[in-house]
Amino acid sequence: MKLQEIIKQCGFELKTQNENLNRDVTGGYSSDLLSDVMANAKDGNIWTTLQTHSNIVAVAVLKNLAGIILVNNRVPEEGTLAKANEENIPIMTTKLSTFEIVGKLYELGIKGN
Amino acid sequence: MGLSIIAITDHNSAENVAAVTAAARGTGLYVIPGIEITTAEEVHLLGLFESCQTALQMQDIVFEHLMPGENDEKLFGMQVIANEYDEVEGFNKRLLIGSTSLDVNRTIDCIHRHNGIAIFSHIDREVNSVIGQLGFIPAGMPIDGIEISRYTDIDRAHARFSEYERYPFITSSDSHELPDIGSASTKFLLAGLNFDEVRMALTGTDGRKIKENE
Repeated sequence: MKLQEIIKQCGFELKTQNENLNRDVTGGYSSDLLSDVMANAKDGNIWTTLQTHSNIVAVAVLKNLAGIILVNNRVPEEGTLAKANEENIPIMTTKLSTFEIVGKLYELGIKGN
Repeated sequence: MGLSIIAITDHNSAENVAAVTAAARGTGLYVIPGIEITTAEEVHLLGLFESCQTALQMQDIVFEHLMPGENDEKLFGMQVIANEYDEVEGFNKRLLIGSTSLDVNRTIDCIHRHNGIAIFSHIDREVNSVIGQLGFIPAGMPIDGIEISRYTDIDRAHARFSEYERYPFITSSDSHELPDIGSASTKFLLAGLNFDEVRMALTGTDGRKIKENE
């Protein structure tokens, strides 16, 4: 499924100005330990986290992730958005918790990684 | 133990710092007032200060930003506030095991504004270390040192974290129980026992330094 379609279906708020929303999302990964994401997320995954530090962008670039979903109404730190725009990594926000948003993604067919 | 310096760094609290400082008076032991802060990212970050007063000022900021909730002694143990005679004066009821809403950069900035030294705790551990929580230490992070836990040999730590050689490495026991005190330590070459000397050793100023394997 394309990222654009996921954003629409889940009602995410897109925080970045990205042009790569037509990417195919291969699967998903959920973790708030960035070291774990670096070890286990897969190319093209969408990632849910509550971490807002600018390191999330670096990890997403490193693992070539399709995008980052910040859960629980979290907002990116100053500097994180600028870096995300620069690196062309979409950052979305939702008021839902990780558990709920992963459930929604699963229903849309985004399963595992 | 042969220790000349210890730092008291309770989780999100500096309430026992004054008692230990007072108890050490006249013994020759230098006690550094400190606090181990849990940042918003759940990174453990040590703040070391020149005086109990500045440590307590930092504590005020930590308390202000600590997540709400009350400690459960069955789960997390008693949060005793003791005096210099080892008598219990009271209990801290806050949820000190919790995290603050201060992010890493802001926490370091606060420590520095109180003329303190900021050190990333036990970076070799997966949980609650900057490496575990944030994957890596970003370039330009104004941290004054990184701590290696007693579970990792210092030579191995240098090999594993070679990209962070720009920061001074210290090893310490992170003692949660009395018998653990001294199980790891750092050797400093200093001209005296005070805060500025420790700071100079961390920055390698005027001949002060950290002595490894000597």
